[in-house]
Amino acid sequence: MAKKSVKKNRNGKIGKKDLLIHFMPYSEIAREDTIGKIKKIMGIILKNRIIILQGKLKSDEEARLIENSMTLIGNIPGFQGIEIATLSGENDNGIFRRIRQGVARILVGEQDAITIIGPASVVKEITRDPRKMELMLSRR
Amino acid sequence: MIKIIRNFARRLFSGIFKSKGEVKLGFYGSPNAGKTSLANRICQDWLGEDLGNVSKVPHETREIQMKEKVIMQRKGKKIEFKLIDTPGIATKVDFEDFLKFGLSKKESQKRAKEATQGIIESIKWLDDMDSVIVLIDATLNPYSQVNITIIGNLVARKIPVLIVANKIDLKKSDIKKVKGAFPEYTVVGISAKNGTNMEEFYEELFKLIKKRK
Repeated sequence: MAKKSVKKNRNGKIGKKDLLIHFMPYSEIAREDTIGKIKKIMGIILKNRIIILQGKLKSDEEARLIENSMTLIGNIPGFQGIEIATLSGENDNGIFRRIRQGVARILVGEQDAITIIGPASVVKEITRDPRKMELMLSRR
Repeated sequence: MIKIIRNFARRLFSGIFKSKGEVKLGFYGSPNAGKTSLANRICQDWLGEDLGNVSKVPHETREIQMKEKVIMQRKGKKIEFKLIDTPGIATKVDFEDFLKFGLSKKESQKRAKEATQGIIESIKWLDDMDSVIVLIDATLNPYSQVNITIIGNLVARKIPVLIVANKIDLKKSDIKKVKGAFPEYTVVGISAKNGTNMEEFYEELFKLIKKRK
């Protein structure tokens, strides 16, 4: 698990207004089943941290993640859901590239992508196009 | 809880008593993309009645709505549809967003709760569709993760998809951007509100039905 080091406040503690970004290599969730992956992700999100995941979730896992976050709205104070966006390296649709990607996907999972997931109370909006993502964060 | 059981029973029985040849056509997309507007337009064209209420306030549709026995005819072909209008899928629901539309705090909180349940229902219903129309608001950025997640799930389930870029009557709309975002899919631009380009839509809809298993 790799975490970005954060500057601690005068007391040496992480304050409520500090922003924490959790860098998650795909290997951290690769062996988990869908429920395990969602539990791990939601555990971090509920601590008001933003996850930068190396790779991406499968579409059914994303749907389950949305379902799961919906069940928590109203049950966890202040939780409004999540913001999620994936920037995928699938722009080159050449046949050899697709075969290579397919083989890599089977062997090591979908790593040719970056996914950002954050609590909606922290990440106001993620705008994306095929080449970039921009995060708009809430003032805390 | 009762609502979930009722919806589950409805799904179960709709599967058991599925009439032969009937096509279950789902309408999916983000809130306010125009799913109910398009479903209403189709119902008006073929039945002369509406399917559901539309509103500028997001999450107006918070329960699955259906219209059975919608029979469409085109070039001598007759297809019976069951139209299934689903609540808009979003990754977040904040009751405070509804306050801006003049709803009271209590009404907003109730709407937010129902909206979250509606989103869960929409996702569950993905398995039950024969074909799906994904509505995208052509005035907004089409690269939304919700659109990508919905389409990804449909492709994984081998459910044929038609992408409809709605609101092309508005100046801000950009159908080229929608087509650029989903180059592997057929994209039809329409205005469900005004009925613009519905001929092309029906043409593509009939092609879509041919693709289903």
